[in-house]
Amino acid sequence: MPNPFHFYTRLNLTELLGRKAKNISELLEGIKAVPGSSIYYHTHRFLQQHHFLSPEPPNDFAYWVSNILQEEKIGEQLAAVDIIQFKKIHDLREKFISIIEGYLKTKHGIREAPASSEFHFMKSVTFVIPTQYVANNLAEFLDAVKKISIHSIYFHIFEARLRLEKGNNDFSNWLGNELNEAELAKKISRLDPYTQTLESLRQKIIYLAEKRLNAQNK
Amino acid sequence: MPKINDYIPIVGDDTIEELKILGEKLKGKVVQHINSTSVGGGVAEILNRMVPLMSELGVDTRWDLLKGGEKFFNITKKFHNALHGISIEISDDEFNFFLQVENENAKAINFYGDVIFIHDPQPIGLITRKKDFDKKWIWRCHIDVSQPQENVWQFLKKFVEMYDIAVFSVPAFAKQLSIRQVLISPSIDPLSDKNKDLPEEVIDSVFEKYKIERNKPIITQISRYDFLKDPVGVIDAFKMVRKYVNCQLILAGNTATDDPEHDKVFTAAKERAADDPDIHLLIIERSHNDIEINALQRGSDIILQKSLREGFGLTVSEALWKKKPVIAGAVGGIPLQITHKYSGILTHTVEGTAYWLKQLLNSPEYAKQLGLNGHEHVKNNFLLTRHLREYFLMFLSLYHNTDIVRL
Repeated sequence: MPNPFHFYTRLNLTELLGRKAKNISELLEGIKAVPGSSIYYHTHRFLQQHHFLSPEPPNDFAYWVSNILQEEKIGEQLAAVDIIQFKKIHDLREKFISIIEGYLKTKHGIREAPASSEFHFMKSVTFVIPTQYVANNLAEFLDAVKKISIHSIYFHIFEARLRLEKGNNDFSNWLGNELNEAELAKKISRLDPYTQTLESLRQKIIYLAEKRLNAQNK
Repeated sequence: MPKINDYIPIVGDDTIEELKILGEKLKGKVVQHINSTSVGGGVAEILNRMVPLMSELGVDTRWDLLKGGEKFFNITKKFHNALHGISIEISDDEFNFFLQVENENAKAINFYGDVIFIHDPQPIGLITRKKDFDKKWIWRCHIDVSQPQENVWQFLKKFVEMYDIAVFSVPAFAKQLSIRQVLISPSIDPLSDKNKDLPEEVIDSVFEKYKIERNKPIITQISRYDFLKDPVGVIDAFKMVRKYVNCQLILAGNTATDDPEHDKVFTAAKERAADDPDIHLLIIERSHNDIEINALQRGSDIILQKSLREGFGLTVSEALWKKKPVIAGAVGGIPLQITHKYSGILTHTVEGTAYWLKQLLNSPEYAKQLGLNGHEHVKNNFLLTRHLREYFLMFLSLYHNTDIVRL
């Protein structure tokens, strides 16, 4: 018997770190110094607050550099950081550091943010709570994915992979390891959750699971 | 007063279920709010709506008041202005009198709560009793302290750093402090008279009352007549736009009898409007305020909030909740409510405001999308239910020390 999959959801509380940056050098110092939960927060905030929008607005660093400092070239480079490629916050942080350091080497004179438009570093405290949904097999999994909140999808896809640093999303881990559904697990982990809304991500997971279930029942 | 389940049709079962789970986790804890007034002002308005809902969710929540006379409140009003960055002289006698009243209250108040939740600077000194009991203390700052008068901030900071948590509404209000700082924005109540759905006849009747025909696009700014809301700048922007697009402007504010500048600003706006029949300057009576403001917002095509300075600017969320495209000044809490070009438009000048007015009037589909995105953003981030959830999470966080908490 496979171990059942328990669906959880998560709620966030935002903390202010009291640290701010008024130019790109100070942004760099901040990115180097803040806790990992702050890097996670600033690369996922838009996703959490605007999960109905597609295409997603970029991460906070890119948004601030492009829209406040009006440094569009490096803003674009920061926006293009492909978060799905990173399995550890440490590596994601290093990527932002190397882009900004590379930029500062070639740049003479840096722009200051207008008054009251500084970048404020924050982080989030995540509260994980169980839901009533449990799946013992693929049919039950499919049924639950249709019903759970988007916050639960968010938790198992984003937080599990990068914040809890499990390397893969929870759905793919369980489908692959407990149900021996390696192919389905791979297809789900190949979806790029950063380029679509959570609702459309849910629809794609449902589509893939239904297809697999139909094939099993033939 | 609405019950918690009345919010289910608006925010969904999940959100209310989560609040019930959090309430259950806090069962047995008593939360004691302390502020300086039970009526009037934003803090009392929020507490009046929140305290019954928190109690209904199983968190025993009570509310006590600080006692202070006229002299005390004149001093704390000075603190308030100084924290907003206005240069003001406060004498040693006044600081000492403030401390004396804090001491008297600290002795008189019964601190029965497990969590003592202090609002704003008036009761801040009650924290000196922290050493006497094993309780958690929160200081909730509702005002803009981004550029305070330094001596007043330093005086208050000594107290702030004795708390377990300080709470601010906007990231820019955060300080370098030795304690945890939490970001919790204020909220609107979708079931209040100001925000609830209105039948079309009610909207029509309000426009009829003020003799405004809805025969061409309507641009509206709701705010009291105050220089910081820039009503004259709004009229200038409107005049630039009206050269190209046939439209009309409503400026509506209430009768702020306690604001000495009100008449001066209203006169300045009237002079600038110069009897233009397409500019409607309205003064809304307080007794009709909420429903009429609601109707004016719902009957408008574009809402402006061209503030030069703002504590939080919740009128933006009120307008977005009604699915209206909003053009607003990028000040205070407004950038939290509007992401430029995604859920509204942020501007810095009269010319920028005119430019975007013209764009939105000529691109109604884009304007509509901004309003719809804005509505979703408010639904997810600025309703009372989110505010309750974050208060509950903050109470729970007082008893856990990690960034990931499994409940």
